[in-house]
Amino acid sequence: MAVLSPGTTAPDFTLRVTPDQNLSLKELLGRSIVLAFYPADWSPVCGDQMALYNEVLPEFQRHGAEIAGISVDGAWCHAAYAKHNHIHFPLLADFEPKGEVAKKYGAYRSKEGVCERALFVIDEEGKIFWSYCSPIAVNPGAEGILEALEDLSKKKKGNTHDNLENASQLERPHTGR
Amino acid sequence: MTTLKMPVSSRDHILGDEDAPITLLEYGDYECPHCGAAHPVVKALLQRYPDDVRYIFRHFPLTQIHPHAEAAAETAEFADSYDRFWEMHNLIFENQDRLSIPFLFSAAESLGLSVERLQQALRSGEFSRRVRQDFLSGVRSGVNGTPSFFINGERHNGSYAFTDLSEAIENQLELASRRAA
Repeated sequence: MAVLSPGTTAPDFTLRVTPDQNLSLKELLGRSIVLAFYPADWSPVCGDQMALYNEVLPEFQRHGAEIAGISVDGAWCHAAYAKHNHIHFPLLADFEPKGEVAKKYGAYRSKEGVCERALFVIDEEGKIFWSYCSPIAVNPGAEGILEALEDLSKKKKGNTHDNLENASQLERPHTGR
Repeated sequence: MTTLKMPVSSRDHILGDEDAPITLLEYGDYECPHCGAAHPVVKALLQRYPDDVRYIFRHFPLTQIHPHAEAAAETAEFADSYDRFWEMHNLIFENQDRLSIPFLFSAAESLGLSVERLQQALRSGEFSRRVRQDFLSGVRSGVNGTPSFFINGERHNGSYAFTDLSEAIENQLELASRRAA
C-alpha cells in the first residue's frame, strides 16, 4: 500500500484524542498540519520518534504548524504514554474501527495490524503537500518535515508575492506608463 | 538526510589532533544510557587511533524524557567557559547513574569552579541557546536519537560497538590514504 501523494486532498477523520474528547482534521485546517503515523506507543525510549518531535515542537510552531501523532493504540494507552514522556501535542487513537484512518492514508500494515511510519504535511486548505513513508524500523527524524514546512512557507510567500505583482500590474495604467 | 549540515568549526569541542584525517562527531545526551555506554567506546577509539581521529561532541538532549539532560549540557558549556569542558564531560558520563542537579554542583566544585556562578548560569539559561543550536543542527542533519555518530561528515549507520565504529574508521582511513596516494 503506497501512502497518499502530494496534491491529494487529505481524508477527513474524527478520532479520540483523550478518553473523552475527539479531534477532527477539519478542526485543524487553516494552519499547516503535520500528521505522523507511527506503529506503537512505548517503543524504546531514546530513539523514540514522538519524543523527538516533542523536542522539535517549537520549530514546528515557528512555521505555524500543528502536529499530531496517530497510532492504533487506544486513548487510555495514549494518555499514559503522553503523561510518561511529557508529550505536548495530541496523539490520536485510530482504534475503532482499527486502523481505518491509516488505511485511508495508505499508511496501514495489515499483516502486523499497525500504522506505518508515515509522515504527511498538509496545507491550510487540507491538501497533502508532502508525504514520506519510512522503513518501519527507522525513525525518520524531523528533517524531512522541517524542510517541507519551509517549502510550504516559501510557496505561500511566493503566492502572496505573485498577487502583489499582479496588483501592481493592474495599477500600472493609472500611473500613466 | 544523512550528512552533517553544520560543519565543524571553532565553536565545537574538539578532542585530539586538530589535523587528524578522521573526525568522529557524536550527537549525545548526558542522561541517555546508550550515550553513557558509548562513552568508554569513544575513549578506547581515541586510544587506538591517537594520530588519526579527532572527536567532537555536540549536545542533543531529549529534555522531556531526561529531566537532567539539559542542565547537564549547560553545565558542560559552563565548564567550557573555563576551558574545562572535557573534564566535566567525563565526570558527567562516568557518574551518569547518579546524575542530578546536586551532582552537577559537586562536579563543578571538584573542578574548582564556582557553584554560585553555575547556579546563576543555569537559572538565567546563559548556555541554553548554545545547547539548542547544537540540538537543531542535529535535527537538520537527520539525527533521530542518541547517540548518533558522524564520521567525516557522513552518518554512521552501524552500532556504537567498538568493532563497528573502528571498522568505519579504518574504511575512511583507507579512503584518505588512497586519495593521498
